[in-house]
Amino acid sequence: MNLATISLAYLKARSLNTLLNILLLALGVATIVLLLLATTQLDQRMRRDAQGIDLVVGAKGSPMQVILSSIYHLDVPTGNIPYKQALEISKHRAVKKAIPLALGDSYKGARIVGTTPAYLEHYDAKFAQGKRWEKTLEAVIGAEVAQRTGLKLGDKFNGSHGLGDKGDAHEEHPYVVVGVLERAGTVLDRIVMASVESVWAMHASHLEIKDISDIANAMKEEDKEYTALLLQYASPIAAAILPRYINNNSSMQAASPAYETARLFSIIGVGVDVLRGFALVLVFSAGLSVFIALYNALNERRYDLAIMRTLGARPGTLMLLLLFEGLLLALIGGVLGVALGHGLAELLGHALRMAQQVSVTGWIWVKEEWYVLALAAGVGVIAALIPAWRAYRTDIAGTLARG
Amino acid sequence: MFSLQNVTHAYNGATVLNAASWQAAQGAHWLMLGPSGSGKTTMLHVLAGILRPTAGQVTVADQDLGALSPSALDRFRGRHIGIVLQRLHLIDSLTVLDNLLLAQYMAGEPQNPARAREVLASLDLAGKANARPHELSHGQAQRVAVARAVVNKPRLLLADEPTSNLDDVRCVQVLDLLLDQAKGCGATLVIATHDQRIKSRVANHYELTAVNEPRAVA
Repeated sequence: MNLATISLAYLKARSLNTLLNILLLALGVATIVLLLLATTQLDQRMRRDAQGIDLVVGAKGSPMQVILSSIYHLDVPTGNIPYKQALEISKHRAVKKAIPLALGDSYKGARIVGTTPAYLEHYDAKFAQGKRWEKTLEAVIGAEVAQRTGLKLGDKFNGSHGLGDKGDAHEEHPYVVVGVLERAGTVLDRIVMASVESVWAMHASHLEIKDISDIANAMKEEDKEYTALLLQYASPIAAAILPRYINNNSSMQAASPAYETARLFSIIGVGVDVLRGFALVLVFSAGLSVFIALYNALNERRYDLAIMRTLGARPGTLMLLLLFEGLLLALIGGVLGVALGHGLAELLGHALRMAQQVSVTGWIWVKEEWYVLALAAGVGVIAALIPAWRAYRTDIAGTLARG
Repeated sequence: MFSLQNVTHAYNGATVLNAASWQAAQGAHWLMLGPSGSGKTTMLHVLAGILRPTAGQVTVADQDLGALSPSALDRFRGRHIGIVLQRLHLIDSLTVLDNLLLAQYMAGEPQNPARAREVLASLDLAGKANARPHELSHGQAQRVAVARAVVNKPRLLLADEPTSNLDDVRCVQVLDLLLDQAKGCGATLVIATHDQRIKSRVANHYELTAVNEPRAVA
């Protein structure tokens, strides 16, 4: 027997009340942990996907849409950009690396991205199976696409127009899978990649081109289009020159991933702050509930406390007993809440994977979770302070004389 | 043994106890008699070290209680003084055995389940070790309270009105049991009572009368 077992015995004796308090605290803690896990991972992934990309050139429109559509593949593009102008920008001396993207089609919700091998290199893509595309209509698929659609090496599939499931299928030109990438936690996991020419070939029939094997030469220059250009600066000075140059001298616009993602996070941040505030209210009402429970229990327990004193307990021992009870409640609630938060994050991750969004997992530990546990423990101890002080002041003779 | 010298206690300015000096040999059995309101409970609390009297000296087992610091007094009470209260106040959240272990733990003694079970067995409670107090009959609960008071082998055993509300047969049983247990651990026994039925069973009587004229009867 020790203070912990005695505390536990008292908590068990009022199990309904104990359960309520634990649940209240667990819900608050779970909400905070869920937010923590989701925002940390979202932030991490968005950072990783945008790493090394200093500027995105796209059609005029919302710059955030340009970033969302061409880096994260979460939105529809603002439009296309002329091949010739894009080429000019690529050769600008302030540009170190330029990766063209041609978008527009998808397969079962996974976007088909027409690009160059530089795109794979930029993300350090590693092949689980097969190799990268060489000919038109050869495709490489991300790990999540492979898992979700069941496509294997050598399988053929038809892209459909647009980004949804319901677009018209381009049945005359099926793609063939020549490579499957390893899972890397980047945007590549959830897209299909092929050459730019493959994407152009889908629309060859509109241009009355029969043979698509050498489509780049068969197409007229003015029919060629990209959707976006991912740029890396040659030097820091480029940041001062290039965006203004592009915005002023072409029909295109330049969007900064760093600026736009920061803006996006500040918008999401308001919602996160509201949820976090709500979670804190939950945690503090749990604290209040623990306080009321312990305070009320003191009335029923005043004889127990007096008896413990007659059996030799010091006032400080009774104080510790009450503090321990608050702490124990808080820790059980806190640990349960953390577990619940991770479970919910994993559930959310599943739902997001189904919807082809940025994925989240519950199987990581964020160091801020220690602070959340400390917060829960602190709330438990603070809630027990006044009851503990009253236990400390128990008047043995007075209590026993009345009873 | 214990002794009381010139003990008085005042509460809210009014004298509630004015006790005659009292010397008891170690292992002796005493009745503390007096009508209700004569300060029996206050006297018991003073003897138990629960209440520090306003004036006077209390010595239990050669220890002057007034000389002890508050926490040393708590420790001394836990180790050397056992109390059976009129309303037994067993702790209902704990099992019978744990109620006894609690007495060892709170007194700062090593926990000794074997000793606790031995005491329970001597009071015919061996089968009730894992029961909760509310599952017991009044007689059983009273025996558990006695067991809890003697588990640390106290030098002084105090009982507050142990036989009130009991029929004659039960009254004798409870008295025998207290005398037995006190003898078993060599404790000095003081029973505070106004029960005339047990007067003849215990030789030493200490009588509290009106607050202002204390009087001892040997």
